Amino acid sequence: MSSPAAHTAHHAPQGFIRKYIFSLDHKVIGLQYYFLGLFSVFVGMTLSVMMRYHMVHPDAKVAIFKLLWPGSAAGGIMTPELYLSLMTMHGTIMVFFVLTTVPQSGFGNYFLPIQIGAEDMAFPVLNMMSFWTTFLALVVMMAAFFVQGGAPLSGWTGYPPLSGIGRITGPGEGTGQTLWIVSIAIFCGASLMGAINFIATTIDLRCKGMKLMRMPLTCWTWLVTAILGLLGFAVLLAAGVLLILDRSLGTSFFIPGGLFISDQIISGHKGGSPLLWQHLFWFFGHPEVYIAILPGMGVTSHLLSTFSRKPIFGYKAMVYAILSIGFLGFLVWGHHMFMSGMNPYSAMAFATLTMCIGVPSAIKTFNWIGTLWGGKIHFDTAMLFALGFVSLFVTGGISGIFLGQPALDLYFHDTYFVVGHFHMIMGVAAIFGMFAGTFYWFPKMFGRMMNEPLGKIHFYLTFIGVYCIFTPMHFIGLAGNPRRYSDFSNVEFLANLIPVHQFMSYAAYITAGAQIIFVINLFWSMMKGPKAPANPWNATSLEWGIPSPPPFDNFAGVHPVVNHGPYEYSVPGAPTDFTMQTDPPTVPAEH
Amino acid sequence: MLLAPVVWALTVAIVYFFAAKTWWFPPPINQHGIAYDAQFMRTLIVCGVIFFLAQFALGWVIFKFRDDGRRAVYSHGNNKLEVIWTSATALLFLALVLMGTKIWASVHFDEAPPDAIPIEIMAKQFAWNFRYPGPDGKFGHTELTLINDAAGNPYGLDDKDPASTDDIVSASLKVPVGKPIKLIMHSRDVIHNFFVRELRMKQDIVPGMEIPLHFQADQIGIYEVPCSELCGLGHFQMRTTMQVMSEADFEAWKQQMAANK
Repeated sequence: MSSPAAHTAHHAPQGFIRKYIFSLDHKVIGLQYYFLGLFSVFVGMTLSVMMRYHMVHPDAKVAIFKLLWPGSAAGGIMTPELYLSLMTMHGTIMVFFVLTTVPQSGFGNYFLPIQIGAEDMAFPVLNMMSFWTTFLALVVMMAAFFVQGGAPLSGWTGYPPLSGIGRITGPGEGTGQTLWIVSIAIFCGASLMGAINFIATTIDLRCKGMKLMRMPLTCWTWLVTAILGLLGFAVLLAAGVLLILDRSLGTSFFIPGGLFISDQIISGHKGGSPLLWQHLFWFFGHPEVYIAILPGMGVTSHLLSTFSRKPIFGYKAMVYAILSIGFLGFLVWGHHMFMSGMNPYSAMAFATLTMCIGVPSAIKTFNWIGTLWGGKIHFDTAMLFALGFVSLFVTGGISGIFLGQPALDLYFHDTYFVVGHFHMIMGVAAIFGMFAGTFYWFPKMFGRMMNEPLGKIHFYLTFIGVYCIFTPMHFIGLAGNPRRYSDFSNVEFLANLIPVHQFMSYAAYITAGAQIIFVINLFWSMMKGPKAPANPWNATSLEWGIPSPPPFDNFAGVHPVVNHGPYEYSVPGAPTDFTMQTDPPTVPAEH
Repeated sequence: MLLAPVVWALTVAIVYFFAAKTWWFPPPINQHGIAYDAQFMRTLIVCGVIFFLAQFALGWVIFKFRDDGRRAVYSHGNNKLEVIWTSATALLFLALVLMGTKIWASVHFDEAPPDAIPIEIMAKQFAWNFRYPGPDGKFGHTELTLINDAAGNPYGLDDKDPASTDDIVSASLKVPVGKPIKLIMHSRDVIHNFFVRELRMKQDIVPGMEIPLHFQADQIGIYEVPCSELCGLGHFQMRTTMQVMSEADFEAWKQQMAANK
C-alpha cells in the first residue's frame, strides 16, 4: 500500500485539448467513456426500435429506412439482410460499447481511484490510450454501416463459416464483416490496457488503512471484472485474429473443407473447425456476461447499504461471492454450446458448474434483501434503480436455471426464451446498475443534483417497460419462437404469437421514448441543477469526503487515511448515522 | 414505497401467465417429450417458488422498512442464515440438473437402436433435404462436383454408383409412426439447426461434421421444422415439415418417390 507518490507531481493540465480531449485525468477519461457509452446506447436502442417495428410491420414502407439505407431498404422496406445487420450491430454495440464500457471503464475509471484513496490510475497515459483505442474501435464498427453490402449479418457471436468466408454467404459478409472483426480486435486491445490499469491501481495505489477487506464492494467488482477482462479479451483477440486470417489469407482455422455455397465449391479451405470459434468465443463470451453485470452488482450493493442506512449484510460473503462468480465464470462457457455438436458428455460438466454459479448469485440476492431488512430506506431515484436491479436480477437469473440444464436446452436453445433471459440480466439489469450509478454519482461528477421527480417518472416507466418488453419473450420462447427471424410469416405456428410481438413492440416504443426524460434530466441538471453539497447522501466512502466535483488530484494533496470499513451506517453510539471511512478511529478500536 | 406494489403486481402477472399456460409448448408426441415436460414442470415449480418468494420479499422489505423515523438496525449479517440459504439453493439447483440427466442421456448417450431407419439430412442456405437409402439400405456415393440444385441433385448423387440410383431425396421429412429413426446430419455451407417442437429436440447441423440424432414419433401428424441457428438472410424462410405417417402410408410414399425419379 504505497502512497501514490508517483504522480503527485503532475500539475493540472492547461488548455482545452490536454484537459478534455487527450486528458490523463482518470475523471475526465471516465466521463469520456461514459459519454461514448451514452452515444452507443442510443444507437443500439434506435436499432432495436427499428427491429421491433419491422417484426410487426414486415412490409411497411418507412421513409427513414429509405433515407438511412437507400441500398438495402430501397423503397423503404427493410430487407431481411438489413434486419440481420441491425440485429448484429445492436448486439455488438450494446455488449461491447455499452455494457463493457460504461460500468467498468466509465464509473470504474472515475471512482475506483477515489474510493481507494489514490490520486489517479496507476498508468495515466495507458488509460488515455485505452480510451482512444476504444473510440477508434467504435469508429471502425460504425463504418461497417457505410461500406458496400452494409453491416455484417452473422450476429454478435459471428459464427463461422457464415462469418468466415466473405460476401458469398450473404451481403454484409464482405467488408462489413471484416470491419466488425477488426473493430472487435481493436476493442480487445483497449480492454486489455484498461484491465491492466485497473488491476495495478487496486493492488498498488490503495491509501493508508485501505485494506482489501475495507474496499467498497464497487472496487471489488471493478477488480474482478478487470481480471475477467484480462483473461477473456486476450482469448477473443486471438480468435479474432484467426478469423481475419481465415477470411483474408486463406487459412482454415474455422472453415472445414467440402463446402458448397451459392452454387460454388469452396476449394480454398480444408480441415477447420467451426466449433473451435465457438469455444474461443464463449471462453470470452461467458465471462463477458459477468464483465457486464458485476459492476452493477457492486453499485447495487453499495447503494442498498447507503440508502437503507445499514451495513451491507455479509460483506465477506459478498466478496467471496464476487470472487467465485469470477472464477466459475471461466468454467461454464460450454453451456452456450449444448446444441453445437460438441461432445455431449462435456455438457454434463458444464451444466453442473453452471448450477454452481447460481449459488453465489443466490447469496448476493439473499444478502441484498438482508441488507434492506431492518433498514431505514430512503427512496431516492438512485436507490429505486438499485432496487429495480435486484428485481430484474432475480427475474433474469432464475430463467438461467432452465437454460443451464442441457435437457431443457434441447427446446429452449435459440428461442426467444434465451433472448428474454439475457436481455433481462445482462441487458437491463446491467443498465439499471448504470442508471443507479448515474443518479448516485452525478452530484460528485458534476457538482449538481439531478431532478428527482423526473428521475422517478423515468424509473417507473423504464422498470415497468422493460418487464413488458422482456417477460413475454419467455412465453413466446415456450411456444418455440426461434430468435433472429426478421419475419414470422413463413412458419405457421408463429402466427399465434404475433399479438405478443405487437405488445412487446409497443412496450419498446414507450420505454425507448421514456429514455428521453433521462437525457433531458442529465443535460439539464448538468447546466441548471441545484448545487450539490460534498456528501448529499450522507455516504461513507472516500469520494464523499472531497468537494463536488473533485479537484484535479482528488484529495488536494492530502493523503487520506482510512480507519473504517465501507458500510458503517447507524453505528450505535455514533453521533451521526454514517461513519465515514476516513473518520478518526473509534475508541476502543473498531471491532 | 410505490415500488412494492409495482413489484408485486408484475410478479403476480408473470406467475399468472405461467399458470394459465396462455402461450405454451405444443403437446409432446413421444416418451421423450413427456419426460421433457415433467422435467420442465419440476424446474418451473422450484424456480417459480424461488422467484415468487424473492420478489415478494423484496416488495415486503421495501414496504416494511421505509424510512418512518426509526433508527436502522446495526447488523453485519448472519453467517448461519447465509450457510443455510447457500446450501439449500446449491442442493436444489444440483438436484434439478441431475434429474434432467436421464433425458439428456437418452438423446445423446444412448445409441440409436440397430433397426432405426437412417435418414440423411443435408441443410443448406436456405432449404432442407432428406435422403433415404432406398431398397438396398445403402446411401450411395456423392460428389461435391455433381451437386446441381436446379437439376434436383442437391446431394451430388453419383449415377455411376448403383447404391445411389435408388436413393430417395425429399424436401420434407417423412417418418413412419412408432419406429426409431436415426438422422445423420450434414450441412453444405454454414451452421443450421434442426428443431421440431413436438419432439422437444434440437440439434445444430455443422458443416464438416456428421452429427447423429435418434428419436421416435408416436403421433401421426405434420409438424413444422424451422431452422433455429442463424444461417444468413433467408434464415426466417428456412422451414420444412416433418410428417409422421402410418407405416403403410410411409411405404406407399417411398414407392411413389421411387417411381417419380
